[in-house]
Amino acid sequence: MNKDEYKKLVDELTPKEKRAKNAFVAFLVGGLIGFVGQVIVTIMTTTFEMEVVEAYSWLCILIIFIASLLTSLGFFDNFVTRVKAGLIVPTTGFAHSITSAALDYKKEGMITGLGANFFKLAGSVLLYGIIAAFFLSIFGVIIYG
Amino acid sequence: MIFLNAFLLSGFICMIGQIILDNTKLTPGHVTSIFTVLGAVLSFFGIYQKLISFAGAGATVVISNFGHLLYQAGIEGFRQFGVLGFFSGLLVKSSAAIVSAIIFSFIFTLIFKPKD
Repeated sequence: MNKDEYKKLVDELTPKEKRAKNAFVAFLVGGLIGFVGQVIVTIMTTTFEMEVVEAYSWLCILIIFIASLLTSLGFFDNFVTRVKAGLIVPTTGFAHSITSAALDYKKEGMITGLGANFFKLAGSVLLYGIIAAFFLSIFGVIIYG
Repeated sequence: MIFLNAFLLSGFICMIGQIILDNTKLTPGHVTSIFTVLGAVLSFFGIYQKLISFAGAGATVVISNFGHLLYQAGIEGFRQFGVLGFFSGLLVKSSAAIVSAIIFSFIFTLIFKPKD
């Protein structure tokens, strides 16, 4: 059996329902993060009279704190394997990738292990985000003035 | 109703991510990178700002917001410092996310041991 035949077989045997279920779970979890985030932002802007932009920044920091803490406690990996995109696409995924890389490579030393691999997974987000934003903002200034 | 919109938008974006993961060979690294770049592109066309006013945190909790913040900071940097601003201002707005991710990850990594 060659690779293509094998892939075809796997595709046939992978139930379609599972994909639908995965999509639904991702929708639910991702949506819940957005919903809870909005509740927190509303509380911060009304009760603490914070600027909206400030509230978004605090929310972002809070999400990263929680995701990072849960990852280092060992809970988050289970969640991610079950929910996948529901936790990867929100900012939680960014924090999770950094913390899990840091934890994995800690034993190889502070510089060659932790330091060198800190952005192993999140690096591509930073790299391509910065490259895209750099050139787009130049275009934006030229086009919109 | 901004709460419902927040739920629907962030849920929808995550669902698209899941569909991409399930039906293509792309890894989570690909998906998050694509979404970040897409956030910058949507911000370039002025769509992301509308998504934020429509869904609030629903648009800011996803990784695309990172691209949006980078783009907006680049524009603002140019307004303040000219061409230098593209270099010196690009990370200003997303600094909170990057620095907090580094600080918390580092501290927790020192405190906790990996479980496998």
